[in-house]
Amino acid sequence: MTLTRRDFLSTLGGGVVVLCVVEAADAQESGRRTRGGDAHPPEISAWLHIGEDGIVTVFTGKVEVGQNIRTSLSQAVAEELRTPVAGIRMVMGDTDLTPYDMGTFGSRTTPTMAPQLRKAAAAAREALIDLAASKWGVDRKAVQVADGRIVAAGRSAGLGGLTGGTQLVHKIGADVTLAPAAEWKIAGHSVAKVNGRDMVTGKHRFPSDVKRDGMLHGKVLRPVAFGAKLANLDDAAAKQIPGVTVVREGEFAGVAAPDAATSERALAALKAEWKTEEGQPSDSQLFAYLKANAEAAEDRQAQGSIEQGMADADRKLSGTYTVAYIAHTPLEPRAAVAEWNADKLTVWTGTQRPFGVREELAAAFGIPQERVHVLMPDMGSGYGGKHSGECAIEAARLAKAAGKPVKLVWTRQEEFTWGYVRPAGVIEIASGVKNDGRMTAWEFHNYNSGPSGSQITYDIPHHRIQFHPSKSPLRQGSYRGLAATANHFARENHMDEIAQALHLDPVEFRLKNLKDERQRAVLAAAAEKFGWGKQKPAAGHGFGVAIGFEKGSYLAACAEVAVEGSKPKIVRVVESFECGAVVNPDHLRNQVEGAIIMAIGGALFEQIRFENGRMLNPRLSQYRVPRFADVPVIETVLVDRKDLPSAGAGETPIVGLAPAVANAIFQATGKRPRSLPMAV
Amino acid sequence: MSQRDRMRRLIGFTCLTAARIEALPGISRDHNIIMPRVTELHVNGVARRVNASPDRSLLCVLRDDLDLTGAKYGCGEGQCGACTVLLEGDAVRSCITPLSRAAGKHITTIEGLEQDGRLHPLQEAMLETGAMQCGYCTPGMIMSGVSLLAKSANPNDAEIVHGMQGNICRCGTYPRIVAAVRMAALRQKTAGRTA
Repeated sequence: MTLTRRDFLSTLGGGVVVLCVVEAADAQESGRRTRGGDAHPPEISAWLHIGEDGIVTVFTGKVEVGQNIRTSLSQAVAEELRTPVAGIRMVMGDTDLTPYDMGTFGSRTTPTMAPQLRKAAAAAREALIDLAASKWGVDRKAVQVADGRIVAAGRSAGLGGLTGGTQLVHKIGADVTLAPAAEWKIAGHSVAKVNGRDMVTGKHRFPSDVKRDGMLHGKVLRPVAFGAKLANLDDAAAKQIPGVTVVREGEFAGVAAPDAATSERALAALKAEWKTEEGQPSDSQLFAYLKANAEAAEDRQAQGSIEQGMADADRKLSGTYTVAYIAHTPLEPRAAVAEWNADKLTVWTGTQRPFGVREELAAAFGIPQERVHVLMPDMGSGYGGKHSGECAIEAARLAKAAGKPVKLVWTRQEEFTWGYVRPAGVIEIASGVKNDGRMTAWEFHNYNSGPSGSQITYDIPHHRIQFHPSKSPLRQGSYRGLAATANHFARENHMDEIAQALHLDPVEFRLKNLKDERQRAVLAAAAEKFGWGKQKPAAGHGFGVAIGFEKGSYLAACAEVAVEGSKPKIVRVVESFECGAVVNPDHLRNQVEGAIIMAIGGALFEQIRFENGRMLNPRLSQYRVPRFADVPVIETVLVDRKDLPSAGAGETPIVGLAPAVANAIFQATGKRPRSLPMAV
Repeated sequence: MSQRDRMRRLIGFTCLTAARIEALPGISRDHNIIMPRVTELHVNGVARRVNASPDRSLLCVLRDDLDLTGAKYGCGEGQCGACTVLLEGDAVRSCITPLSRAAGKHITTIEGLEQDGRLHPLQEAMLETGAMQCGYCTPGMIMSGVSLLAKSANPNDAEIVHGMQGNICRCGTYPRIVAAVRMAALRQKTAGRTA
């Protein structure tokens, strides 16, 4: 059942309502779904409401996972409504309350959702000005909106003070003009995280903190290896424990009990026999396996003829690069609380795709989507690792069988083992270059890891970039920046090798092959801040540089690495970043710093080990992630382009660190690392 | 591999501490430890009634029985620090602390730091330095930092890094957390307030 717009509006009280109507370009992302189940008219992608109490409520299907869009979207609305950020309430990622949204990934919120909300806020402001002009009998040019009030000729009212119980509905048109970034007063400034106080006091309820009356705690029986089938289950002992419900549905077995300790005892009391699938690939054969199982290639970018480019070259180089599987390891593992009321299912869960999870739940239980309500409290992060709804489905199965709400929080081991990992990959590059440093040919093949960030901003007349999907031994999925880290690692590592072969300065060599002004500007900014070319590294130290472009953002990174024995230690990192007009400088710096630190793990030591369908290091004591002592001196340079639209920035800052560090290790040791992680 | 080892390896537990896993039914009947149930805990200056098995983790009892959800589950093996609380002022990993160890002692959780509406200087400093992204590690970070500041009123950066090394921030806000601890140390010195 899809609500008509009239039904939908009647559910709201008086005040001003502005509807964001989907533009064709964004139709895949927010609003306008093809399948049913929407609680709102399908053409609406977001909306905002100004109540008679003056409270501005914004409704969007995007979710907050630590990237701070709850704050940046509030700023966007506050800017156009000329009202303090504190007066804005964001309702996010609730499938009953917010319009459909495909999910929060791909750095899409800032370029697509923020402009829609800004337009809605601007339209609301103009509507209020019209209203004030007509009620007060003044020219609309005399009406101002400032500091959350409407003011004209000695009269003033709060934002919600003029509608008088009626409901003003506006659909934003294409003609809404937005404040240019150069004139921003709230956006473009470092507003603090809007719910920061709840974080430092422990008041914020993350998905794993949700509690319902009569709630049970669930546990799921996991196979002993991937692909193992449940041959026999003896649940007699578990069933004898008071209060325990045992659920067995095909391959699924789990328990629910009044408290977590009892559910753990009941799980341990299940006696399961598994039929395992032996001879599965192990990490030692991974890269050969990925090459052997590669499918037909897709061209991602191509120009000219590689043969011609190679014929034009004075020097030809080639290299093979590999990246391991790594785990997102969000500090909050997957968690869900599921509750059935009659035939309606409500699930609170940590996910980047609440509407996707709703779809998965509806399919799993054979019910229409409008009978499934998914809520996503701001969660303990995801990094691309929480797109799927398996934990929500498990909790809902247990809740259905037990007839009570059930909470299921995956353990760290479950998160490592039964979530999905960032794809591993093999990358092969062949290149041709003139002796003066002009590139002539670039051939790039990525096997399995993915095509993201494989495109070049270098001007190379003959190039071909291909992605070869393969068969992955492990369940793999999205990750912060996707394959851009792997592709930047290989490309910038190889570019460094060419520069070294020709005895050219790596920065000069890159500039020689770059026309893209934005790319040149970030490289110049990072090199200057780093002091590139001004000094030689100390003994045992090396300097490295890398540039990058992905998802509308440009970056350059310079790293200093010290190598003692065989262990590299990152000493200093300078990263310049340009994502158009900066929305919140402090939060952008936070993302850039955080991405650099997260990148250290994948660059130096993170690696999922597996053998014959079993994870070998699914614990934090076995899988090392960056800690305080791993952090180098980090300096960020934000290149603020107020003349350009804002791009998302949660992902791309992660891609520059690994190649810059690889190139620094080469300078320090004369050995070129070609595999991630580099320090194992 | 014994069934117990297999279970720990494949699943891990969120609530039962190691002692209890030894005594799981069907795994080993030799280790059934008989200990009295814990009926009272001193949390954040208040005596709270509980009725819990002594081998449950302190984290589980705080979260599930007392609804103090500020301390978080992150790993269940004391590796990430998200569950950090204070026991007689010392930072402990509540996920691997059996309730029996906490009974009769003063427990402080993140919920107990704010006093009369005033945040602890480290809570304030975390806000001022913007030392968080998703915020899931934040309570554990603050409790570790409060414990550190109580022992060392004016730590340098190396001491902060050493003292906080057991806490993971997966979002990578470490430099800001170091800055926050430094700022809080300075504020405490000026205000003469001790943690």
